[in-house]
Amino acid sequence: MRYSGFRVIREALGGHKGWTPTWRSPEPQASYDYVIVGGGGHGLATAYYLAKEFRQARIAVLEKGWLGGGNVGRNTTIIRSNYLLDGNEPFYEFSLKLWEGLEQDFNYNAMVSQRGIMNLYHTDAQRDAYTRRGNAMILHGADAEMLTRDQVREIYPFLNFDNARFPIKGALAQRRGGTVRHDAVAWGYARGADQRGVDLIQNCEVTGIRTENGRVLGVETSRGYIGAKKVGVAVAGSSSKVMAQVHMRLPMESHVLQAFVSEGLKPLIDGVMTYGAGHFYVSQSDKGGLVFGGDIDGYNSYAQRGNLPVIEDVAEGGMSLMPMIGRARLLRTWGGIMDMSMDGSPIIDRTDIEGLYFNGGWCYGGFKATPASGWCFAHLLATDTPHPTATAYRFDRFRKGLMIDEKGQGAQPNLH
Amino acid sequence: MIINHPLLGPRDAQEFVYLGDAALMARPDGLAPGAQDAFHDYLYLRDNPAGEHRELWYHEQGDRSWLVVTRNTVTHEISRVELARDVARSMGRSK
Repeated sequence: MRYSGFRVIREALGGHKGWTPTWRSPEPQASYDYVIVGGGGHGLATAYYLAKEFRQARIAVLEKGWLGGGNVGRNTTIIRSNYLLDGNEPFYEFSLKLWEGLEQDFNYNAMVSQRGIMNLYHTDAQRDAYTRRGNAMILHGADAEMLTRDQVREIYPFLNFDNARFPIKGALAQRRGGTVRHDAVAWGYARGADQRGVDLIQNCEVTGIRTENGRVLGVETSRGYIGAKKVGVAVAGSSSKVMAQVHMRLPMESHVLQAFVSEGLKPLIDGVMTYGAGHFYVSQSDKGGLVFGGDIDGYNSYAQRGNLPVIEDVAEGGMSLMPMIGRARLLRTWGGIMDMSMDGSPIIDRTDIEGLYFNGGWCYGGFKATPASGWCFAHLLATDTPHPTATAYRFDRFRKGLMIDEKGQGAQPNLH
Repeated sequence: MIINHPLLGPRDAQEFVYLGDAALMARPDGLAPGAQDAFHDYLYLRDNPAGEHRELWYHEQGDRSWLVVTRNTVTHEISRVELARDVARSMGRSK
């Protein structure tokens, strides 16, 4: 069924009896050409592009819980392509371009809203670093703009401009950045993949990966054995657990990241804003809640819930940037499990086992990457060659000293 | 989280800095054959288990001792805290 304004009117006149389920719930077949492990944003996008752009058939997505129940349903919904390094910026710009055409492409309202993102700076050194980053973005075909203090004040007059320690001096802005309705991304990709014959199999946990002579044969699951010519793993925080089934140790640790939403407020923040003197980023949802977050908790965790010290730290960041936030009440907090890699950048690569492919290490920046991650992973699965924008995301970059370390923190995942 | 320091008693985890897997104490021998591979694995690869995890915490805002904390990464429950010094000695180091 194709969604359109006309369809809504027709269904309204007909008592809404014509709507059909958004996707099927098929029984798993005995074997597939492609099995994607993980029915989150990246896994569903991979299946969608495999079927649509690379015209592959017999594809299944295996999900241990329900579709989109992991990080794609738990993030702060920000999209942007404001990276500095060569290995990253072309990839994230590719992703942002895909976001721009996504809703028409998969015929689903994902509420892509290019409301702009603004990274505030507070020192001369930070201004220079942001100028450099903005230039790098422009050189890779993205948009970037330096805003003066007065320009920022015009947009957000309520910020704490004259903070004695961290006065706001300006901002690096990317007007094409913004927010997206995160759940709708998973649903849109799921529906698009299902319409092209992909089997989306929920409540189906992969418990083992069967191999023979260094080649993948299929996966053991809670719903029986499923054969596969190629297996792609896209399971975010559970990456180490799944790859341990083939005795692979990964260059990553799993950490918990918390996010927060306030009670609904009147329109206040048009775009997305990040604080440059503490780790705090905020936007306002269409329902009015301020959606914000900060640092990861900093210790290995699979708990999907964090502790109070980080909540305090994030609240301090918010109070320092916009003291009025102290009058808003916190409605909800939640946590998700991030696959924090050793250089803060992801991996989309083959493994030593033939037919087994890996996509992970997205740290806490995976949501904005969803379309390009799916496209590039599908490209790798279908053609066995990396997509031109994802050639740097390899396992062996650590061995070769080709790390993509945006923050320059070294092999310390909790600092990225 | 509260870390029960072997010398100082229960302390808030905020006083500590987290480093990571306690396997980092077993630094490879840089002169042994295959040291390059051993250092790659040592520096970049982790077991990253869901469940019991032995990890290094540094009491930066306290007595500046290194601790080996055994903690469950699924429940955050801490079951054992040792001085890293004692663990290293039991591994045959610094005799």
